[in-house]
Amino acid sequence: MSDWKKSITPMVFPGKIAVPYTWTVGSTLSKFYCELRDNGKIWANKCPACKTVFVPPKVKCIHCYRDPSIWVELPGTGTVESYTIVRYEEPMLHPRKAPFVYGLIKMDGADTCMVHIIDEIEPEKVKVGMRVEAVLSENREGNILDISHFRPVK
Amino acid sequence: MGKRVGIIGVGQTHHASQRLDASGVELIAEAVTRALDDAELTVKDIDAVVIGNMDHFENINYVDMWAVDGLGAVMKPVFKVTTGGTTGTTIAACAFYTVASGLFDVVLAVGWEKNSESDTQAAVATCANPVLERDFFAGAIGPLATEYSMYMKAYGATEEDAAIVAARERNNALNNPYAHVRQAVTVEDVLKSPMLSYPIKFLDMCPRSDGACAVIFAVEEKAKKLCPKPAWVHASVVRHDYTHFGDLEWTFMPTLERASAEAYKLAGITNPLKEFDVAELYLPASTCGVKWMDSLWFCEHGEAPKLVRKGVFDMDGELPVNPSGGVICTNPIGATGLIRVGEAAWQIMGRAGARQVENARLALVTGFGGCSWSDVMILGADLP
Repeated sequence: MSDWKKSITPMVFPGKIAVPYTWTVGSTLSKFYCELRDNGKIWANKCPACKTVFVPPKVKCIHCYRDPSIWVELPGTGTVESYTIVRYEEPMLHPRKAPFVYGLIKMDGADTCMVHIIDEIEPEKVKVGMRVEAVLSENREGNILDISHFRPVK
Repeated sequence: MGKRVGIIGVGQTHHASQRLDASGVELIAEAVTRALDDAELTVKDIDAVVIGNMDHFENINYVDMWAVDGLGAVMKPVFKVTTGGTTGTTIAACAFYTVASGLFDVVLAVGWEKNSESDTQAAVATCANPVLERDFFAGAIGPLATEYSMYMKAYGATEEDAAIVAARERNNALNNPYAHVRQAVTVEDVLKSPMLSYPIKFLDMCPRSDGACAVIFAVEEKAKKLCPKPAWVHASVVRHDYTHFGDLEWTFMPTLERASAEAYKLAGITNPLKEFDVAELYLPASTCGVKWMDSLWFCEHGEAPKLVRKGVFDMDGELPVNPSGGVICTNPIGATGLIRVGEAAWQIMGRAGARQVENARLALVTGFGGCSWSDVMILGADLP
């Protein structure tokens, strides 16, 4: 009996189920994306109790569990807090070919950072503390790539 | 023996087939906010959080991370549990264990699902063993149809017996403002609805819903201080027995029999039909509202159709079952079991509105999942 496996190819079944997922954006992020798509504006929300300003906006304040019900428009400029140069390809997901830079950008007027791509600069020249500004996409569809990338403030 | 535990607050969303106004995080926040309001607490009073859902339904793992703001769990201990259909009752069991252990005083239990975000039947099929029985086992309806077929043959139960249950629960839901499906139907309507998988027809079967539920458990000393009338947990029992579809006994529900027998023993219950005032049971199809009554020790095997026909489980019967309209009216899967717990707690607390059973002092809760898993929880107005 111990030899029978030598005469066959190990069996592997392919999956047949491909589930078509969709995700409801919801009231909070719909407001953010509609402002971005329709008016080219970046909006944050602010907790009425502790005054923390969140961008992207939050469903509830992470400190007080209050509705961050005050909406504020941000100027679109900010500072690079940290970054990395991505040197491998993930073609199903990444919006850019490697190498590209993504980083944490502390937006002026906000208390949290936004994760986004930093471009229009050679990757090796990106620095922590660098001032950057948002560049909007020409054809905006209501998603995070309506901000094409951030670039150094000239 | 652990500490005594009481439920002191319940919140749930208004459930629907698709809540386009709310993301998963927003559904969770809606339920949690309502539970905190119901208990007159703030998020600061919560010591730990248990959350659960079925990852396959949204294709986002890790709800304990990405929903943490809506959950109110920032910098708190969070535990995620997922056990298929029983997820909601397992969340309740875990919250109960967490408080009963004496290590946490106030624990928030949250179940949620956004079934509109995927193809529920395809996602459910991923629970079946992919190299053995997934091909024909796909979906939730087949096994339930098969087990009731066997019960019909064994005991002479009928499609009409199930239709009586379906009409009862669907009409009960008219009193529940949170229910997903609120539509008056007759037994005739159920029998004439399209056949899904013999003998289960469209109106016999649960829908798939978007929704969330949150229930707050507190240790005895705190529960007494914070709530005028807590719903005390008298027993929480879980039994799982999955092997393969063909291995199981289908004329009754062994896991439900064993779980309920153990729970009754813990709670000192000898005549469940007489002693319980209300039941919120996880009945995914109306057929289960016939067959599984045997397995809850309400009668001998095969006697359930007689009780159903006599109206024993109607709102004005000896033991009202599912005043909320139950699972066949509302089914956000990861929340479904927890809604049973929350609805039963509200019955004990006297907060069940138009669906309140007068002077409900002892309530039975069940959860169902897999093939075939059963959770049982008993809630009471008196200290256990």
